[in-house]
Amino acid sequence: MANMSLNKVPMPEQDPGERITNFKEVALGYTEEMAKEEATRCLNCKNRPCVSGCPVNVRIPDFIAQVAAGNFEEAYQIISTTNCLPAVCGRVCTQESQCESRCVRGVKGESVGIGRLERFVADYHMAHAETVQSNVAKNGHRVAVIGSGPSGLTCAGDLARLGYEVTVFEAFHKAGGVLVYGIPEFRLPKSIVQKEVENLESLGVEVRTNFVIGKTLTVDEIFAEGYEAIFIGSGAGLPSFMGIEGESLIGVYSANEYLTRVNLMKAYSNKYDTPIRNSQAVAVVGGGNVAMDAARTAKRLGAKKVYIVYRRSEDEMPARAEEVHHAKEEGIEFMCLNNPVRILGTEGSEVRAIEVVSMTLGEPDASGRRKPVAIPDSNHEIEVDTVVMAIGTSPNPLIRNTTDGLDATSRGCLVADEKMATSRPGVFAGGDIVTGAATVILAMGAGKTAATSIDAYIKEKNQ
Amino acid sequence: MYRIVAKKQLNSAVTLMEVEAPYIASKARAGQFIIFRIDKYGERVPLTIADHDAERGTVTIIFQAVGSSTKALAQLNEGDEILDFVGPLGNATDIEGYKNVCVVGGGVGCAIAYPSAKALHAAGAHVDMIAGFRNKDIVILEEEMRAVSDHLYITTDDGSYGEQGFVTNKLQSLIDAGNQYDLVIAIGPIPMMKFLAEVTRPYGIKTLVSLNPIMIDGTGMCGGCRVTVGGKIRFACVDGPDFDGHEVDFDELMRRNSYYKEQEHARDHECRIIKMGDAAISAESGKKEGQ
Repeated sequence: MANMSLNKVPMPEQDPGERITNFKEVALGYTEEMAKEEATRCLNCKNRPCVSGCPVNVRIPDFIAQVAAGNFEEAYQIISTTNCLPAVCGRVCTQESQCESRCVRGVKGESVGIGRLERFVADYHMAHAETVQSNVAKNGHRVAVIGSGPSGLTCAGDLARLGYEVTVFEAFHKAGGVLVYGIPEFRLPKSIVQKEVENLESLGVEVRTNFVIGKTLTVDEIFAEGYEAIFIGSGAGLPSFMGIEGESLIGVYSANEYLTRVNLMKAYSNKYDTPIRNSQAVAVVGGGNVAMDAARTAKRLGAKKVYIVYRRSEDEMPARAEEVHHAKEEGIEFMCLNNPVRILGTEGSEVRAIEVVSMTLGEPDASGRRKPVAIPDSNHEIEVDTVVMAIGTSPNPLIRNTTDGLDATSRGCLVADEKMATSRPGVFAGGDIVTGAATVILAMGAGKTAATSIDAYIKEKNQ
Repeated sequence: MYRIVAKKQLNSAVTLMEVEAPYIASKARAGQFIIFRIDKYGERVPLTIADHDAERGTVTIIFQAVGSSTKALAQLNEGDEILDFVGPLGNATDIEGYKNVCVVGGGVGCAIAYPSAKALHAAGAHVDMIAGFRNKDIVILEEEMRAVSDHLYITTDDGSYGEQGFVTNKLQSLIDAGNQYDLVIAIGPIPMMKFLAEVTRPYGIKTLVSLNPIMIDGTGMCGGCRVTVGGKIRFACVDGPDFDGHEVDFDELMRRNSYYKEQEHARDHECRIIKMGDAAISAESGKKEGQ
């Protein structure tokens, strides 16, 4: 008999008052008992709607049944057949708009906590399993993966399991892409990403950091080194600015810079040399996960006042519901329906305020969301000393500009077909470099598809 | 890890290091830069490539020890290793088609001006070089610069070596003497580049400056290195580092480079080396280090 509780087993969390003073993970994870209890809420539906909502088709009811039975390692084996980064996905996936949105239990009450269970299983495995050395026989074919974010790591992992010799090229000094520079420690501990990268290395994947493809090496030179296929998963790393007055003042950051200083360079710790501004009042412009991450980071760095400035209403916010909820718990003030007009500076060119105009919602626009319209003469100032622009990113042109035969869209995204093949034979691409800024799991899905396509391409080529 | 194969002290505050980095050495061109991180606690710091040797697989950097990272780097010796070293980043200096060029370096900026002069000289251009220093004690790369220029003019602020005066005066006098330059390259402290651009502006001589704003990744990702050029925001790492000196907002760049001055000072009250260094350079030291 299924557990008919309408609500998920609550996730233990650090107290908001406590957690804003540290960078430790907010959600503490289920205990074995909690996981088993939550797992019994799954009805094991025949038509498995949840699986169709997962970009990498995790066999959700199967793994949950194993959790309910207390067979946690078996549950992990089921997940890992289709998802090579479960500890990451369990934490950062937008489950509420994917697998959990299709869950029958969600019709009346809360859906099954699929993400929480996935995280539990992955953490259980990490804590208990020993790293196994790869026993996959190498097939002698070499593939290069550009970028070590979610799509690159997934593609590399899948190819390594098929026997390919995979080299991952990473521009930064550390592998993980957005998982290490973008998503904060309190949401995704870096030790977990590190562990996932080590797992790949134990499969025989070679990670070469400090390689900027397009600069240190080009796509053509990679082919010349004997690689038979290349996967480009270099993401959407170029930050957008609004183009308003005052964006060059001291105290204005792109979210990329702000988060990179703190996450990758660990500016929050005195042991590390990278500096970050000592802010008292911070306005974060934007309504996505990155905006929430930046706002919550600012709070932890000691800012007394942190505002989210978003031009639409809270209903239109693209951020995960949990992030918005956590941000509010931590005292982030939401100033929705406000759009920045300019940033005002002191005589010394430091930020002193952001001027915003109030907005109202009109007719739905191309994105299906109601279009924000400025209310005349409603300008007002918010006093802040720091502004973080979290309004999106676009693909980096370095590879596109140094590689012949790669078609791109007018927005700079690489063009790839449903098999992730680009216009150039042997070159595949996926993740944000193709879609523009999107989610970790979509990028992983693309990396997965690309691995299958690369396998087929190389087999056909060598027939 | 990237091994230091040679080290030379050029003056009391400026150090030359040749670093083993074969991939970078085979791709580097004049005007490009690298980013280093000395150890796991270190910052990512950009430094312009002063020279490269594809056969030896080495890249030469010349830097002034002004911030904590460059000071720590200066402590390393031949045989030691730098944790991270990535490049070549940025665009190479556009030297194509210029026949008569004046390359101006100020202080440690001469280390960056030198490879441009060398590339122009190798391409067959007539190269005049003006190298300005505060005094005789801090003159660097004299032989090297002489070898790649048709004329080398050294100026010192106090007249203790070469001609007494500033590089701006010297450039003005060379123009007044009838030299028809089709390009001026100016690399040094921001005030020097700003004033040199004012010298060439009335004559419409194309003037390239190499900018060194604060940056993290060097690949267009952080946007920290944004500079206003011709009224537009540009990223020095991917759009530069060279820009048209007549269009750069130098005052804004100077302000942005003082972003972390407070923290730098809190971390290092007694910044003795800054005081010893070129005064003009110390004026812009809170920023991107060493150049």
